[in-house]
Amino acid sequence: MKDSLMKRAGCGVRHEELFAGKGGKMGKRHKIAGTVKKYTVTMAVAGLGISFLLPILILLSGSLADALEWQGRAEALALDTEGYVDWKWIPDYPTLEQYKRLLFYSPAFLKLFWNSVRMAGMILAGQLLVGIPGAWALASFRFKGRGALFTGYVILMLLPFQVTMLSRYLVVRQLGLLDTAGAVTLPAVFSTFPVFLVYRSFRSIPPELPEAARIDGAGEWRIFVRIGIPLARGGILAAMVLDFLESWNMVEEPLAFLKDKSLWPLSLYLPEIGLSQAGFSCAASLVTICMSWFVFRIFSDSLEKGIINSGL
Amino acid sequence: MRKKYGFTWLSKLMFLLPGILGICVFTLIPFLDVLKRSFYTSLSKEFCGLANYRAVLQNQAFRLAAYHTARFAGVCLPLLLVVGLGLALAMDRYPFLEKWKAMYLFPMAMPGASIVLVWKLFFARQGLLNGFLGSRIDFFQGENAFWMLAFIYIWRNLGYTLVLWLAALKAVPGEVLEAARMDGAGNAESFFYITLPCLKGNCFTITVLSLLNVFKVFREAYLISGPYPPAEAYLLQYVFHNWYANLDFDKMAAGAVLSAAVAGSTVLLLKRIWDKGEGKL
Repeated sequence: MKDSLMKRAGCGVRHEELFAGKGGKMGKRHKIAGTVKKYTVTMAVAGLGISFLLPILILLSGSLADALEWQGRAEALALDTEGYVDWKWIPDYPTLEQYKRLLFYSPAFLKLFWNSVRMAGMILAGQLLVGIPGAWALASFRFKGRGALFTGYVILMLLPFQVTMLSRYLVVRQLGLLDTAGAVTLPAVFSTFPVFLVYRSFRSIPPELPEAARIDGAGEWRIFVRIGIPLARGGILAAMVLDFLESWNMVEEPLAFLKDKSLWPLSLYLPEIGLSQAGFSCAASLVTICMSWFVFRIFSDSLEKGIINSGL
Repeated sequence: MRKKYGFTWLSKLMFLLPGILGICVFTLIPFLDVLKRSFYTSLSKEFCGLANYRAVLQNQAFRLAAYHTARFAGVCLPLLLVVGLGLALAMDRYPFLEKWKAMYLFPMAMPGASIVLVWKLFFARQGLLNGFLGSRIDFFQGENAFWMLAFIYIWRNLGYTLVLWLAALKAVPGEVLEAARMDGAGNAESFFYITLPCLKGNCFTITVLSLLNVFKVFREAYLISGPYPPAEAYLLQYVFHNWYANLDFDKMAAGAVLSAAVAGSTVLLLKRIWDKGEGKL
C-alpha cells in the first residue's frame, strides 16, 4: 500500500504545480502523498547525515571519560567475555585529564604536530608555485600535445603511492634525501592532483578575457596573475584545502621513507598509541581533527565551489 | 615582432616547465629505471627477460590481491556513484535539504589515523555496533572485513560525490524537463532520457576522482588490520608493501610496471568512452 502511495507521489509534487488550482479529489491525494514523501526523504537524508557524524561524537565522549572507565572498556574488548563494551555517551566522571596530559606532558605529540604543520606548509607552498601555473598553461594555452599531456597528468594522479614507491625510493636515495622531511615533501610538490582540480576552474574562464588582455599587450604572467588567479580563486582554494587534508593525512609516504620517528607527522603517531591508552588516543585524535576541521570550516564554501568547478 | 613572439613562447613554456621537470625527476626518470630493473634480477643484476613478470603473475599473493582490489573497485565505485546520485536527486528535488551537505562532506576532513580507534571500538566483536544489534559478528574477519572497508570508503567519499552530482544536476536545463513533462513524460522517463544523458559529461571526472579514492582506502585497511589483513581485504598495496619490506625489488618493479599499465589503460578507456559521448574533457 505504502509502496504504491510512494510511487504515485513520485509524480505528485510537480504535477501539483501544473494542476494547481484545479483542486478536486485527485489533487488532494497527490498533495498528501507528496507531503509523506517529502518527510520520508527528509528523514532519510537527515538521519544518514547525523549518523555520519557518529565517529566524532564517539571520540568526543571517549576523550572526556576517565582512565578507570576506559580500563573497563579495554578489558571488555581484550577478553572475549559475554558482555559488550560499556559505552556511555556522557561519561560517569567527565574529566579534561587527557587533554592536560596531551598538551602539557607529551612533548612527542607537540613535536610531531609541528612536523605535520611544517610538512603541510611546505607541500602547499610548493604546489602553489608549481602546480597552479602548470594548470593555467594546460587550460589556456594552445599547443601541440596538450590533450596528451593532460591525460598523462590524470594517469599519474591515479597511480597509487605503492606503484610509484620503488621509483620514489630510488630517486630519494639517489638525492640523499632518505630520512629527511624532503623525502616526503619534495615529491608531493609535484603531485598532479592540484593541477587536475585547478585546471577545471581555469577552463571555466571565458577565453576572450585573456585574449583581450593579450591584444592590449599584457604579458603572459601578468594575464595569469591579474585574470587567471582572481577568477579561479575558488578552485585554487579548494585544491589547497584538499591538499592540506591530504598531507595532514599522510601515512604511507612517511612510513616508507622516514625511519627516524622524530621526523614523523602526527598521522603516524596516533596508531602508535595502544588501546590501553584509548582515552588519551581519543584526545589526541580530536586535536588532530581540530586542525582539519578548522581549515574545513573556514573554507567550506570555497571548497564546495571548487569541487563543483572541478567537476564541470 | 618576431622577437616578441619568441619571447612569449618562452614565457609560456615557463609556466609548465617547473612542473614537468619535477615530474621527470621524481617520477618519470626513476620509473624508467624501474622499467629497466623489471627485466633484471635484483641480486646478480643479470638480464632475465620476462622472468620477473612471470614470477609476479604466478605469485598467489599478487593474484589474490589483484582480484580483491578489482572486486573492491567494481563493487564500491558503482555503489558510491549510485548512492551519491540518489542523495543528490533528493537534494535537487527538495532544496531545503542542501543544508545537510556539510555533514556528508565532513568525513573527508577526518584524518584516517585519528578515526581508526573509533572503527575498532565500533566494529569489534564486543563493540558498539554488535552491542546495538545484540549480535556477535566479527567484522574484522572474512567477507565482513570487505564490507567494513566498503562502508568506510563510502562514509568518507559520499559527500564529495554528492557535491559533484548536485552541481551536475543543477546544470540540467529546466526548460527541457518541463517540456518533456508537458508532453506527458513520467519521472522515470525524464530521468533516463534527459537527466542521465545530461550528466554523462561529468561522469569522467566523478569516476576518476572516486577511483582515486578507492586506492586511498588502503590507509584505513592498513591502520585497522595491520600488515596481515584477512584475505578478503587483501589489497594490491599490501603486496607492494611486503615486497618493499623484503627488498624484493625485481618483483616490485615488474608489479609497478604492470599496475601502471592497467591504470593508464583504464584512464584512456574511460576518456575514450566519455569523449565519444560528450566531445570534451
